[in-house]
Amino acid sequence: MSWDWQVFLTDDGSGRTYLEWMLESWRWTLAVAGCAWIVAMLTGAIVGTLRTLPDRPWLVRLANAWVELFRNIPLLVQIFLWYFVVPKLFPSFQQVPGFVLVVLGLGFFTSARIAEQFRAGIQALPRGQRHAAMALGLTTWQTYRHVLLPMAFRIILPPLTSESMNLLKNSSVAFAVSIAELTMFAMQAQEETSRGIEIYLAVTGLYALSALAINRVLAWVERRLRVPGFIAAGATGGH
Amino acid sequence: MGDLDLSFLSLDILQKFVLGGLAFSVQLTVVATLGGIVFGTLLALMRLSGQSWLTLPATAYVNGMRSVPLVMVILWFYLLIPFWIGQPIGAELSAVITFIAFEAAYFSEIMRAGIQSIPRGQVLAGQALGMTYAQNMRLVILPQAFRNMLPVLLTQTIILFQDTSLVYAIGAYDLLKGFTNAGKIYGRPEEAYLLAAIVYFVICFALSAAVKRLQSRWAIVR
Repeated sequence: MSWDWQVFLTDDGSGRTYLEWMLESWRWTLAVAGCAWIVAMLTGAIVGTLRTLPDRPWLVRLANAWVELFRNIPLLVQIFLWYFVVPKLFPSFQQVPGFVLVVLGLGFFTSARIAEQFRAGIQALPRGQRHAAMALGLTTWQTYRHVLLPMAFRIILPPLTSESMNLLKNSSVAFAVSIAELTMFAMQAQEETSRGIEIYLAVTGLYALSALAINRVLAWVERRLRVPGFIAAGATGGH
Repeated sequence: MGDLDLSFLSLDILQKFVLGGLAFSVQLTVVATLGGIVFGTLLALMRLSGQSWLTLPATAYVNGMRSVPLVMVILWFYLLIPFWIGQPIGAELSAVITFIAFEAAYFSEIMRAGIQSIPRGQVLAGQALGMTYAQNMRLVILPQAFRNMLPVLLTQTIILFQDTSLVYAIGAYDLLKGFTNAGKIYGRPEEAYLLAAIVYFVICFALSAAVKRLQSRWAIVR
């Protein structure tokens, strides 16, 4: 078999080359992953923090239930639930574009994992930190805002990095509901051109490149936020 | 609220569509777990061997597999296996090979951590007794590493079970496909997705609760 990389310069039948189509689908992948990342981080941070609240057993139970629910159903099935079942149950969702539904599905799925990290990070802090904040007369909100969360966030940055890379990889599942992202492109272009190996190599390369970029950016964030004397130097996670 | 109608569901339908799919999902999970642990342990031993001609390929394989989405790996193998063996291959068999190869990378990371968690004195004691490398690994290190890592290995198996739904990409007949087909034929696709979600949830929730119990029991033993 011989290589045929010129396949990327041929027209796909709608006036654009396969290369242009691939780059556009890469943008869709980054858009899905980026929006879902914001949903996942916000929800995950809130749910994970709720799970550690003292004297609020019902909030803790609710947050625990959230994590169990979104962690024990396969991502693909959750995407189908958002895309097909939610609009059927709640007709107001019928106006919501598929992109948003997929972002919610991927975001909430990942939020369960991120909540788990936040809980672990907060509980890894010495008990004295919370007690010191109470002794200073800080409210619960102030304790979390100024004492617990800033340290917990730094502790869990390495696992958050690998969760972020997982989220990017998981965005490939969006192909199942016809979002025009990279995996969708790979499947369709492979079928149309029969140059599967070249197409798959390029798509795989773009996924690896994107994951590497996330890894580098968050490693940089980790270095910038390091508190001297607290977090061990040189911990880069992700790989 | 819209209307969901689950009345189409009957034992007959479950038996006809879902049972076969469930059997394949479970089969795939078990085979991929066992195969993944065997090859993953080999990869871990290669990475810990200290010989660069073993370390480099194993590291490249593990990092390569872990930086690509599983869906892409499934598509890759479905494309390449017929190319290698010169004849078409069924989606189910392709899925089994893919999952063993893919999970080996993840299990190797777990086994590597497990082997590294064994105190150095154990290795030295084995050597002092005159054991060869193979005897030392088989009789002293690996049993302990395996035991230490059992909860993590089982958790990975639950994730693996969830991931088997991704064989959707090549159309293999698994649990999800069973429900999807039933939903299509009876004109109730939404209900079928909901039922699939419930079944997956019940299985995964029960398994993770079992792992948690096992973990707390073993913590006392140790």
